[in-house]
Amino acid sequence: MGREPPGTGLEAAAASRLRRPVFLNLTQIQMPVGALTSIGHRISGVVLATGVPAAAYLFALSLRDEGGFAQVAALFERLAFKAAAIIAIWALAHHVLGGIRHLLTDFDIGSPLRVARRSAWFVNLAGVAVALLAAGVMW
Amino acid sequence: MRVRFTGLKAWWVQRLSAVYMLLFVLFLLYSFALQPLREFSRWHAWVARPGISVAFLAFFAALLGHMWVGLRDVLLDYAKPAGLRRGLLAAVALGLLGLCIWLLVILLGLQG
Repeated sequence: MGREPPGTGLEAAAASRLRRPVFLNLTQIQMPVGALTSIGHRISGVVLATGVPAAAYLFALSLRDEGGFAQVAALFERLAFKAAAIIAIWALAHHVLGGIRHLLTDFDIGSPLRVARRSAWFVNLAGVAVALLAAGVMW
Repeated sequence: MRVRFTGLKAWWVQRLSAVYMLLFVLFLLYSFALQPLREFSRWHAWVARPGISVAFLAFFAALLGHMWVGLRDVLLDYAKPAGLRRGLLAAVALGLLGLCIWLLVILLGLQG
């Protein structure tokens, strides 16, 4: 097989792809609301995952003995713990609602753009609303 | 042993675990609303009940499977040099395995 002369075939395609303008400044790109929901789903998932070891520790401590249970209960009076709990509740609410939205899409419910936009707004706002509600209950 | 949860299998793990976890969390909220477990002895006795322990066990299994698929997806997308990606994937897998053993020990300890 002889080598292809430059400027033809795959090489040319690759070269023209490289010349295409790329603009990926996240602070200036106008993201559609569905993209925010999607990225929010990832961010909330990672937030929840990082919280799992701490939650497992608290679960173990609360079940160890009376003292451990009292320690966990006392944590709920601490400001830093409450703040962390509210972030976790936002992440859980956003992740669960976004997840239900995904599951509905699997069954072809809510896929048309107008409906998808509306449900994306709902997920983003409801996640924050649940977090605010939790904050109101905790204080 | 190769349990990698890729492709269609990962898709199923993600969805079935999500549905179970959602039902379990709703069940937890419902139970706590009915009877707030404010004392150690009642909380401990409740979690130690065989049915509840098994439900927690299934929840932890679902959680760890769901975490593996989700964190793996994120790392495959963003962890760029292949070496770093492999290292992070191995670290996550080890961490999840450790969590799995720890949670099993907690639940088995209740049955003693």
